[in-house]
Amino acid sequence: MLHPVTTTHYLVLSAALLAIGTIGVLARRNIIIILMAIELILNAVNINLIAFSHHLGQLQGQVFAIFVITVAVAEAAVGLGILIALFRNKETVQADEIDLLKW
Amino acid sequence: MYLDTVFFYIFALITLAGGLLTVTRRNAVHSAMSLILALIGVAGLFLLQKAEFLFAVQIVLYVGGIMVLFLFVIMLVNLDQAARVRQFNRQWWLALACVLAVAAEVIYVLSRGSSAFRYAAPAAPPQAGNVQLVADILFKQYLLPFELASILLLAAIVGSVIMARKRT
Repeated sequence: MLHPVTTTHYLVLSAALLAIGTIGVLARRNIIIILMAIELILNAVNINLIAFSHHLGQLQGQVFAIFVITVAVAEAAVGLGILIALFRNKETVQADEIDLLKW
Repeated sequence: MYLDTVFFYIFALITLAGGLLTVTRRNAVHSAMSLILALIGVAGLFLLQKAEFLFAVQIVLYVGGIMVLFLFVIMLVNLDQAARVRQFNRQWWLALACVLAVAAEVIYVLSRGSSAFRYAAPAAPPQAGNVQLVADILFKQYLLPFELASILLLAAIVGSVIMARKRT
């Protein structure tokens, strides 16, 4: 009944997690939750990298996953800094209320 | 009986449930807690694929570092107002339809081509621990990207401090 787990399982899971994260980025209004959804997307990428690393029996994929985590840390720090500056100036965290450049 | 399969489905369920709760909860603190759940599920998947170092990094850095940062910012920013208004923007149905179409396409293609992903031959058991092997590759083969990552982190530190400090 139970089949052994193949790389395809991991890839399908990664695609599903990517879809969930993309919906979060596109449809939510709260900027903090948009940043969290970006973390979900980066984790989907990491699952993909580790799955292929395991599949090919090489460890380069794990090294790239470390780089992806580094970039995620930098992105979260700068994003949250921007969010604090924005909240200090405009008193809102809704992404569609920040429309100074729209006409 | 495949124990790996059972654990895979448990961790996949944790990950997907955490992700879905993250993008649907009204309260940002609940979203952060669900994201922690999803990240722990991903860490379990790393452990299943013999990436022990990344498992530790995922727990320590993501759950212990980034999520604490998120929770601090949630406490700093007043979200009472944000929890009472509309949570999704007006084009959410368009985003949902597009993303579901792309996801269905990707999953269909992946399952059609699943024969390409069979394990060829079981790889030789590693000669050393996972940490040692990863460090060998990181410090020999990818030394320049490693140093560039440190510059990126420095830029991120300076940038976030400048963004978040009070205007003088």
